[in-house]
Amino acid sequence: MSAVIESHHDDDHHHGPDKGLMRWVLTTNHKDIGTLYLWFSFSMFLIGGCMALVIRAELFQPGLQLVVPEFFNQMTTMHGLIMVFGAVMPAFVGLANWLVPMMIGAPDMALPRMNNYSFWILPFAFAMLLSTLFMEGGAPNFGWTFYAPLSTEYAPPSVTFFIFAVHLMGISSIMGSINVVVTILNLRAPGMRLMDMPLFVWTWLITAYLLIAVMPVLAGVVTMMLMDIHFGTAFFNAGGGGDPVLFQHVFWFFGHPEVYIMILPAFGVVSAIIPTFARKKLFGYDSMVYATASIAFLSFIVWAHHMFTVGMPIAGELYFMYATMLIAVPTGVKVFNWVATMWQGSMTFETPMLFAIAFVILFTIGGLSGLMLAIVPADFQYHDTYFVVAHFHYVLVPGSIFSIMAAAYYWLPKWTGNMYDETLGKTHFWLSFVGVNVTFFPQHFIGLAGMPRRYPDYALQFADWNMVSSVGAFIFGFSQLLFLFIVIKCVMGGKKATDEVWDGAEGLEWTIASPAPYHTFSTPPALPERAMA
Amino acid sequence: MSSESTYESYYVPHNSALPIFASLGIFLTVYGGGNILNEMSAGSDSNFGTTVFAIGGLVMATTLFFWFSKVIEENHAKMYSQQLNKSFVWGMSWFIFSEVMFFAAFFGALFYVRFWVVDWIGGEGERGPSNMLWPDYVPQWPLLNNPNPEAFSTPQGVIPAWGLPLVNTILLVTSSFTVTFAHHAINEGERKKIIGWLVVTIALGVAFLFCQAFEYYEAYAHLGLTLNSGIFGSTFFMLTGFHGAHVTIGTIMLIVMLGRAMKGHFTKTDCFGFEAAAWYWHFVDVVWLLLFVLVYVMGT
Repeated sequence: MSAVIESHHDDDHHHGPDKGLMRWVLTTNHKDIGTLYLWFSFSMFLIGGCMALVIRAELFQPGLQLVVPEFFNQMTTMHGLIMVFGAVMPAFVGLANWLVPMMIGAPDMALPRMNNYSFWILPFAFAMLLSTLFMEGGAPNFGWTFYAPLSTEYAPPSVTFFIFAVHLMGISSIMGSINVVVTILNLRAPGMRLMDMPLFVWTWLITAYLLIAVMPVLAGVVTMMLMDIHFGTAFFNAGGGGDPVLFQHVFWFFGHPEVYIMILPAFGVVSAIIPTFARKKLFGYDSMVYATASIAFLSFIVWAHHMFTVGMPIAGELYFMYATMLIAVPTGVKVFNWVATMWQGSMTFETPMLFAIAFVILFTIGGLSGLMLAIVPADFQYHDTYFVVAHFHYVLVPGSIFSIMAAAYYWLPKWTGNMYDETLGKTHFWLSFVGVNVTFFPQHFIGLAGMPRRYPDYALQFADWNMVSSVGAFIFGFSQLLFLFIVIKCVMGGKKATDEVWDGAEGLEWTIASPAPYHTFSTPPALPERAMA
Repeated sequence: MSSESTYESYYVPHNSALPIFASLGIFLTVYGGGNILNEMSAGSDSNFGTTVFAIGGLVMATTLFFWFSKVIEENHAKMYSQQLNKSFVWGMSWFIFSEVMFFAAFFGALFYVRFWVVDWIGGEGERGPSNMLWPDYVPQWPLLNNPNPEAFSTPQGVIPAWGLPLVNTILLVTSSFTVTFAHHAINEGERKKIIGWLVVTIALGVAFLFCQAFEYYEAYAHLGLTLNSGIFGSTFFMLTGFHGAHVTIGTIMLIVMLGRAMKGHFTKTDCFGFEAAAWYWHFVDVVWLLLFVLVYVMGT
């Protein structure tokens, strides 16, 4: 069947890629744009990672050794912003670009020129954000959650450029998401019903919906900040009848769905990889879809669990506590389904599978510490400690980022036509796995013992675990250079990949040649007999 | 199996310089805008920001002009399939949804302040002695007595709902009807009627904007109701201001549609551009109705 699709190559619509730099600037091809997103994301990952290493180097020992507190604050802020908006989100958009059209049998993304626009806004936005490091008064220093009034009355002048950078990222995200939604709803191959779609497509459809719903709210809240700073409005100033807590409400109304924006596509990736290497169909496809949708819905009504200690009526605290705990139900369904998929499977442990299994285990640890944080009276103790840092890094690093790495290893052969080096891949996995746990597991202990987050110095009793944590961070950080090497090596050459790549992998992307031709599915493919039903 | 003979191919443009110019344009616009604001707040008289902003705006406007022209050209060259039209319809609908959520943030802020914060600052509820900082403060809505009158000027009053805002409501609701009449005229293929109803709609939109500008003038000149006069002014100007900005965009869209109608564009089956503008116009209208009730009627 794939041969039929490939034979349309000489059609006048079909151009190969252009040569040189302008190919990447002018491209409307979803594969090119996916590649751009992924490389951009990786470079942001390295920049944000360097900032994390500055933080960990300073915290290696108590006392102030390397940086001044003011700069330390800028590092924590920029690290968070760059990792969230520059590394994780664009990586998933890159994967969506590469994979969604191939998975649903579409010729490209639905709106290809807008697709290019969505990407090329990002380098400008992050150039502007990074340039604040060199501005008078320094970069934003109020934490990635930019609570008012730290981010309004007491902010450095560069906050204005931070606000506009966030606006640009929002515009990019919204356009990118509209593209994904339209592609999925309108460009599926004839006969592919919604419930036939691979889970990665489903999770992205729901993620895109979340993005379109909450990025405008983020734009709203930074606009209120801008007005408070430059035009004397009183949104976050009680002296004029406003309220700094209002900031937190609006921010977290964006911020909580944002958390799921960074994890739902990861669920999709893992749901693609585990069945392949367990050589079984995904257990409970329908329940996976409903669980994803439930998580997305719940994400809109739990935001204030981030602000239990700020002062809220007791009824509010109770409501947000129970609503938050409810999320454990659909999440539990997912974890159960992944484990059930592996149950009695003929498992092999290639690199993508290793990352996927590590995801299931370590993400669950992060999820469970989230449940602890959801308990209001306990949260009064945990709030703003390293326990929170440990919690969200467990869901973001071995959660989102491991899934991105798993996806890269899993689909690299399809993208490049070459197999990556399995030995190096496994080495990268084990270094990352050990590094991540050595970095973040001890942070649970120092957090429970009371070490506050975002401080450049700490009391002596936290010294040992901080040192361990810093060692882990450097192991994890430097092992990502190995990942870079593996990817470049795979792009340059290696064992040729077959079209199917993985024994028994399901989905339309495995029916086309490896490397995937520049244009695929210019006419929609005939679907295999209800393959995914 | 798939019926290739009946399948219309989906148009995928090959390369385009439009998006990179649009990226550059939007970047220069906001970078210039940021510099203008920082220069303003620092009291500097540099015009670096203004220059960059102007260049950015120009690049952006030019790019959008060419981008839309190209899409219209391609459509007239019959390069678009029914399926691609559906992509446009979906795209526009989700864009409008994102706009709804943008306004939701500001309506949410108004709701939170109006029903909770104003009372809490006055010490209501089990929130401790939160009224100790400003003992003279009495909670009320609209908030004419700011807790800290030294930092925020005191407004003398607010815009009454049943004057100019009512007129504006009538103007916008009427314009929603007239734009629909124009749509019917497209279906009937009556060119003169299309143009006529579009002109009426645009005139109503412009009239609305004039009233709104006059209202702002009243607020600033006679009522002391400003951006800097506490939370009522903040929410009032942000909500009505963003709405006004959207009416302006909607009016520009309709003016473009008028130009296209005069050139003979739009038929019953091929009028997505017009429909998109009309949906946007209805959306702006609905936001206004919410504003009228929640900001004006409930605020006075």
